[in-house]
Amino acid sequence: MTTAVDTIRDTPFVVGGRTFHSRLMVGTGKYRDNETMAGAIEASGAEVVTVAVRRVDLDRSKETGILHHLDPSRLFLLANTAGCFTADDAVRYARLAREAGFNEFVKLEVIGDQETLLPDVQGLLDAARTLVKDGFKVLAYTNEDLVTALRLEDAGCAAVMPLASPIGSGLGLLNPYGIRIIKQRLSVPVVVDAGVGTASDACVTMEQGVDGILMNTALAAARDPVSMAHAMRLAVEAGRTAYLAGRMPKREVAVPSSPLEGMLD
Amino acid sequence: MTDSIDVVVNGEQRRVARGATLLELLRSLELDPRAVVVEHNRAIVRRPRLGDVTVAPGDAIELVHFVGGG
Repeated sequence: MTTAVDTIRDTPFVVGGRTFHSRLMVGTGKYRDNETMAGAIEASGAEVVTVAVRRVDLDRSKETGILHHLDPSRLFLLANTAGCFTADDAVRYARLAREAGFNEFVKLEVIGDQETLLPDVQGLLDAARTLVKDGFKVLAYTNEDLVTALRLEDAGCAAVMPLASPIGSGLGLLNPYGIRIIKQRLSVPVVVDAGVGTASDACVTMEQGVDGILMNTALAAARDPVSMAHAMRLAVEAGRTAYLAGRMPKREVAVPSSPLEGMLD
Repeated sequence: MTDSIDVVVNGEQRRVARGATLLELLRSLELDPRAVVVEHNRAIVRRPRLGDVTVAPGDAIELVHFVGGG
């Protein structure tokens, strides 16, 4: 799609030495069927798609493998360690994922609480250090705590992924200040992961200046995932462009837009 | 001495031929070696070595692949 206006030129989106075209990353879980998933990925324009590592279903009661629905020549497969509650488990899953042979990137999750799925910060840092030493490019899912984000950067993570709100909650961006300060203080890319529920959430999140957003449930659980994916693509682009354009200052009183001169007597 | 042994594959007990390799185990399960990653007693076994590693009674084998996730 071409536009008639020249918009501000963006810097490239580089994570772990790789340049990506889209600032929107999407998950592949919870879709009602693989055709809908493929359509949503297409409509989202995302290049990075996340996948999980699980046991093969030996009795073939259901086909859970997802690779033949994702074209590795067009999509960058980012394995996650979702479901891991200890650093050791996360490291184990990451190594299994790398063995599948796509890349050395991993979206690191170490979960500390079953109900909120909030991260176990200590386990996360331990696993991040181990995986970085092992040659991984680690994208670390974390909360919106600045100090943890700084520690993850110190540990050598390729990107830090603070949450907008809990995984699958769709509550949107709960702590814009926390996200903004993380972005301001870190040198590595900041990609908000989890909690975005609809397009306005994505737009507001990008307006904080973060480098990208990863979402899954907002698309998969929408009534029409393909249309929502399209909306999210536009929202991420709108929010990014608005951030680059620089918003007007907020004022507590009105300022007229029309001239005060030339009014009739 | 029987001609089959018990191993644990993905948490389930399974009988396999004595002396079977991991590659033969995958074949018996009709799994494409290119589509799964194999962990044998907690150690990853790379694809080219699957035919070299023989399973022993009680071995724990995990066969994993990518599924949908966020």
